[in-house]
Amino acid sequence: MHIDNSTVVLGIESSCDETAAAIVMGGNDVLSSVVSSQIDIHAKFGGVVPEVASRAHLELIQPVINEAIQLAGIGAERINAVATTIGPGLIGALLVGVSAGKAMAYGLDVPFIGVNHLEAHLYAALLEEPHLPFPSVVLLVSGGNTLLIHMTAPGEYSLLGATIDDAAGEAFDKIARFLDIGYPGGPAIDAAAQKGDPKSIEFPRAMLHDGLDFSFSGLKTSVINYVRKNPGVSSNDVAASFQYAVVDVLVAKTLKAAQQVDAKSIVLGGGVAANSLLRSEMQRVGKGAGFHVALPSKAMCTDNAAMIASAGWYRLRDHGPSGLDIGAIPHLSLTGSTVRGNRGERK
Amino acid sequence: MNLFASSPIVTREIAAVVASYLRLGDTVVLAGEMGAGKTQLAQGICTALGVTDPVTSPTFNLVHSYAGNDATVYHADLYRLKNTDEIADLALEEFSQQGGIVLIEWGDVGDDIIGEHLEIRISLGEEDEARDIEIRAVGKRWELRWPRLVSATKSFASTDAEWDDL
Repeated sequence: MHIDNSTVVLGIESSCDETAAAIVMGGNDVLSSVVSSQIDIHAKFGGVVPEVASRAHLELIQPVINEAIQLAGIGAERINAVATTIGPGLIGALLVGVSAGKAMAYGLDVPFIGVNHLEAHLYAALLEEPHLPFPSVVLLVSGGNTLLIHMTAPGEYSLLGATIDDAAGEAFDKIARFLDIGYPGGPAIDAAAQKGDPKSIEFPRAMLHDGLDFSFSGLKTSVINYVRKNPGVSSNDVAASFQYAVVDVLVAKTLKAAQQVDAKSIVLGGGVAANSLLRSEMQRVGKGAGFHVALPSKAMCTDNAAMIASAGWYRLRDHGPSGLDIGAIPHLSLTGSTVRGNRGERK
Repeated sequence: MNLFASSPIVTREIAAVVASYLRLGDTVVLAGEMGAGKTQLAQGICTALGVTDPVTSPTFNLVHSYAGNDATVYHADLYRLKNTDEIADLALEEFSQQGGIVLIEWGDVGDDIIGEHLEIRISLGEEDEARDIEIRAVGKRWELRWPRLVSATKSFASTDAEWDDL
């Protein structure tokens, strides 16, 4: 099969909370991108907004795919391949997308491509910036992941560092809940921090000088201990100081990684990449050190299917399709086996 | 029984002792408030079971699995789940029925949902690093092992250990 700029890929994503589908042409021309939480499901389909239940994905998957095809303004017969997240994620949730994707591919008689969700996040920046200078260091930071990745070209990457306990996004969420300042935690901390003094409380920067791994569990406990001992403290000051501590570590380690591998660019990805302080600090510090800093839009940072379709296009071009016998792999790592088993391995 | 850990290292030592009494198919509930050290306990148990991969928080991914020496260890966190239907969807019972060892982090436990299990409740002590650890067995599965676990953890006891909940 010839893969070129006119090859249309349907992308499907159902690894965690979002049910999503997208149509992307030629690897980075997004014709449509539908994420279930962004459309009015109640009005349109009378269903539930998906949480973690695979049942919710099951109810949403077909309407979301149909919506993506319709919005792209193409007929289903124009789809040349179907790319679907096969892992990592929840088995029940993954299976919904994988089954739907295979059925579509089989029905349309087009290739099926199994896509690694983490790998797809690396293509999100390319969707908005196709001429991103490589090599690049990607900070992928979300509720479930905090990873530093060395990307030398599309499809070529290795893991530089990861959290040894909590992901940064998880820390935001839990501290927001602890301070009782709203949900979701990321935006709530971001908003409260604007009204607080980031230097009012000195929270620890764990492992700041020890390599490229992260740890946020101790910071979480230290915030909780501080608030218990100082019950009168302003939540805004705690939020601002906590956020400053997280961002400080994320930016410092990303910069260190970029210098270590002699990168040309720094890329942010994942839900926490929407944090305003992280964006401005990464831009300021990265640019100051001479790196090109790519900050994808919020829609591309968070889970979506356009990045799945994009990763699928590159995978199809470079490695060909997956067999229809490929299954969901809940613990798929970035480099193929266990996430942490291949530290530093060059692919 | 009530135990006392003066530091995270002692918390892990207690976790390791508990791990040495675990059998294939067991479920352990790790209860306690945010920041108390539930993940610390999970890390201690996993290490003692022979898991070499880093054990990270499963809060957002809901379930992580690790290869131990003799069993697959499943580490789940119910923090994000809202109702019992969502908990049922995780199929944790199937993991234990298939011979895995299941660790479940949960702040507030409902015994009726989890079935037979060992509960380890950890809470913040007076000092920053110290933790109070309360262990109890739910169901007959632990009947024979319980006295041995109690005596094996005697050196960590904060008050006289009782043979409760059996």
